[in-house]
Amino acid sequence: MSATLSTVAYVGATILFILSLGGLSNPETSRRGNLYGMIGMTIAVLATVLGPQVTKGGYAWIVGALAVGAVIGIFAARTVKMTQMPELVALMHSLVGLAAVLIGYANYIDPAATGHLQGAEKTIHELEIYVGVLIGAITFSGSLIAFGKLSAKIGGKPMLLPARHWLNLAGLLVVLYCGYWFIHSATLDEGMKPLAIMTLIALLFGVHMVMAIGGADMPVVVSMLNSYSGWAAAATGFMLSNDLLIVTGALVGSSGAILSYIMCRAMNRNFLSVIAGGFGTEGGKPAAAGGAQAAGEVTPISATETAELLRNASSVIIVPGYGMAVAQAQHTVFEITTFLRQKGVSVRFGIHPVAGRMPGHMNVLLAEAKVPYDIVLEMDEINADFPNTDVAMVIGANDIVNPAAQEDPASPIAGMPVLEVWKAKTSIVMKRSMASGYAGVDNPLFYKDNNRMLFGDAKKMLDEVLVALKA
Amino acid sequence: MAQRIAVPRETAAGEKRVATVPEVVEKLIKLGFRVAVQSGAGDAANFSDDAYRAAGAEIVSDPWDADIIFKVRAPGADEVGRMREGQVLVAFVWPAQNPELMQSLASRKVTVLAIDSLPRTLSRAQKMDALTSMAGVSGYRAVIEAANAFGRFFSGQVTAAGKVPPAKVFVAGAGVAGLAAIGTAVGLGAIVRANDTRAEVADQVKSLGGEFVRVDYEEEGSGGGGYAKVMSEGFQKAQREMYAKQAREVDIIITTALIPGKPAPKLITAEMVKSMKPGSVIVDMAGEQGGNCELTEPGQAVVRHGVTIIGYTDLASRLAKQSSTLYANNLFRLAEELCKKKDGVVDVNMEDEAIRGLTVIKEGKITWPPPPPKVAAPAAKPAAKPIPAPKGHGAASEPASARSIAIVFLIGAVLFWFMGAYAPAAFIGHFTVFVLACFVGYMVIWNVTPALHTPLMSVTNAISSIIAIGALVQVAPPIGDGIARPAGWIIGLAVLSIALVAINMFGGFAVTQRMLQMFRK
Repeated sequence: MSATLSTVAYVGATILFILSLGGLSNPETSRRGNLYGMIGMTIAVLATVLGPQVTKGGYAWIVGALAVGAVIGIFAARTVKMTQMPELVALMHSLVGLAAVLIGYANYIDPAATGHLQGAEKTIHELEIYVGVLIGAITFSGSLIAFGKLSAKIGGKPMLLPARHWLNLAGLLVVLYCGYWFIHSATLDEGMKPLAIMTLIALLFGVHMVMAIGGADMPVVVSMLNSYSGWAAAATGFMLSNDLLIVTGALVGSSGAILSYIMCRAMNRNFLSVIAGGFGTEGGKPAAAGGAQAAGEVTPISATETAELLRNASSVIIVPGYGMAVAQAQHTVFEITTFLRQKGVSVRFGIHPVAGRMPGHMNVLLAEAKVPYDIVLEMDEINADFPNTDVAMVIGANDIVNPAAQEDPASPIAGMPVLEVWKAKTSIVMKRSMASGYAGVDNPLFYKDNNRMLFGDAKKMLDEVLVALKA
Repeated sequence: MAQRIAVPRETAAGEKRVATVPEVVEKLIKLGFRVAVQSGAGDAANFSDDAYRAAGAEIVSDPWDADIIFKVRAPGADEVGRMREGQVLVAFVWPAQNPELMQSLASRKVTVLAIDSLPRTLSRAQKMDALTSMAGVSGYRAVIEAANAFGRFFSGQVTAAGKVPPAKVFVAGAGVAGLAAIGTAVGLGAIVRANDTRAEVADQVKSLGGEFVRVDYEEEGSGGGGYAKVMSEGFQKAQREMYAKQAREVDIIITTALIPGKPAPKLITAEMVKSMKPGSVIVDMAGEQGGNCELTEPGQAVVRHGVTIIGYTDLASRLAKQSSTLYANNLFRLAEELCKKKDGVVDVNMEDEAIRGLTVIKEGKITWPPPPPKVAAPAAKPAAKPIPAPKGHGAASEPASARSIAIVFLIGAVLFWFMGAYAPAAFIGHFTVFVLACFVGYMVIWNVTPALHTPLMSVTNAISSIIAIGALVQVAPPIGDGIARPAGWIIGLAVLSIALVAINMFGGFAVTQRMLQMFRK
């Protein structure tokens, strides 16, 4: 295959990737979008392998490596549970990061790739290697820690080292110095030293950054790492002068960046403050600082009474949160939904953008449980409907339904968009205990006159509700 | 020992309501009380003695020896005479209007809870607010009375015999009764307009399907405690003009304007009544306080200048079954508050703000009016800064300030100049592609529906496996002569990279496919 032919194939692959992302604008076209992505990837890989840059001697290696990876990847994809999706995605990001590091090193020691470069071109090329390895290393270690946190192998609480901002700053200075050293090093051996030091610091930085972030901020982190894996690919593209890599990397990078932005906005926090550390660690004492003290009595309710309320309702909105994912309650939720819909009750779902541990987490869980996607609505679509709703059922969510965000300007979460469940005639909150949510803010919703608390494990309680409904 | 609640038959002329209903009797018994109902108490409201008995109440001929008396209207002179020391009476008392009754009750050394004196601004008190529930019933009944006296349909219809225009209803005063009237009239199909001096109720009027008519004059009419206040001369003139205009246009006027402790404002003059179409109806719900219309005769329905003017003061009683049920529930909520231990013994806790307000006589001592509430009722508008409304998905954010835009552009310009001056041509080509691709990505991603964010992440993750190309070209590139290369190291690194990325590539696409298969309608 000639060089021009493979370039044209790359252009085709680029178009297919853009169409692939465009297809996700709607569940109807999304499956086709994914197919475009696969075709694009196949074309890109084939064009490279058959193109002028790979000689026949490498085929065996390439096919072997691809086959090994394919078996592992497809096995993982088949067996992963939908509640484990955030972990899987985080783990996969780490692979891209590690690959970027390895490719950077291989490129650096390869005289065939660098030997002919002189002057400014050489400097830029080395800078590209350096940046590629840097981003790759941060992505790799950060994603591994995110994986650990999401799969509960590492505690979800933010780990905050003393003077951590200074540590980060010191790391940055060392990285800058190593960069200078790296570019001005005359020989390969001399250049390896700063590259290795920088890699080590980047790895530590990735660990440190994600360790400092708490569980509920995970959607931001996961999408940020998504973005980094894209930038790593783009940096590699610069290194190899490969436009396909640059374009694809930029697509993925901006996708992740936009997701992070959406997640941050849904929490009414800016990106830097999320990355800098969890709630209540920087801004003083949150709960006490809240202006109006939520006070009053909570009204508990039993599963039987809940079933009674649901049966007599004509419209119900269910607001799921991370608690539903933890309790694996989505299938029971679906059965309750089906039962109520057969009885003519309108049942819909209201999804907050940061519900769960990954953007769109709740949607995937509900889809897995076969809840039709047209009754699963976004916060902005459904918020206006709460006043006409008989029962709003909150399953394992807290901060995203906290009225203090709207009513109490002194609250740490003031201004965060929330689902206005308290406007429904009755709201039922399913919770294990009265503990406050991730933000450490008391929730005045629990004390409202029209709110009822159903205490207990979400799955167990919902099972009881279902039994009572069918009785 | 459980205390006994007794419900006497109402003795006031025309009063059909009763202070408890069988359904609530059961709830009261669950609170630990014993309940006695005077024989025939519920007859006028269609609750038979048998129904009460079935609910667990005792049917008695003389209820006046019980510990607690639930009544609707304040007791008459002979009833007061039968009360004994230590009894608790719950009823509508209107202490301001009935000073003599207060004196005679105090002399019997009883405790009196006047349900009309409930501090209504307390959100906890809403469940006990009998004024509100009675006003709601009256508002409904007012429309029914109007429909009864009105000679036409409310809803517009096109019949075989011709077109019928819808009735036009004007509601003056959008309090609880006014809002209930608006809702009922809209439900019957009429075109409903409403006015209130408190501008903040406009949204409530609209939410019920009515049209809010403004007085063309600037003044805020909230008098605290959720009631209206007396307005200025200029406002009243503008208001009269607006009423005169409405009177000429509409078929039915329902007035509910009340100012606490003052005679009802005369909103509808004789002049305006004359200007109305013959056959029109006015329902004056302020009849008890003298009426909002000059020609109203309290308690009567009269026809003046061809307009039926209804001044009934017993609208709630005319819907006795409904109003009794609501009233009974209000009293039950009160009983809950009085008996928190659920042991059937009431505790009149004067520390409790709601109960303090209700209690007008405590063991023979007049405790009315209550001291001003400890916590001031919220001002007309909370002084707090409005929290910025959350922005919608994809909605345009506020434009950044000119200064920050300028700074960003300046930094960008410097960087671009730097790059242009020093970077090699090949790099600029790639850089162009990179920048354009970022913008394409930005445009494409904003269109992704939030429901698919997880598949988006896994598909972008799969696509980022394109980095494999970087490794592919390293495995066995065509090598020029004379270049020695550490092939072992490079192949090792490259093959490892390919394997890692392949996990991602195949796994990412496969798991995305699996997820997307699940999204079904």
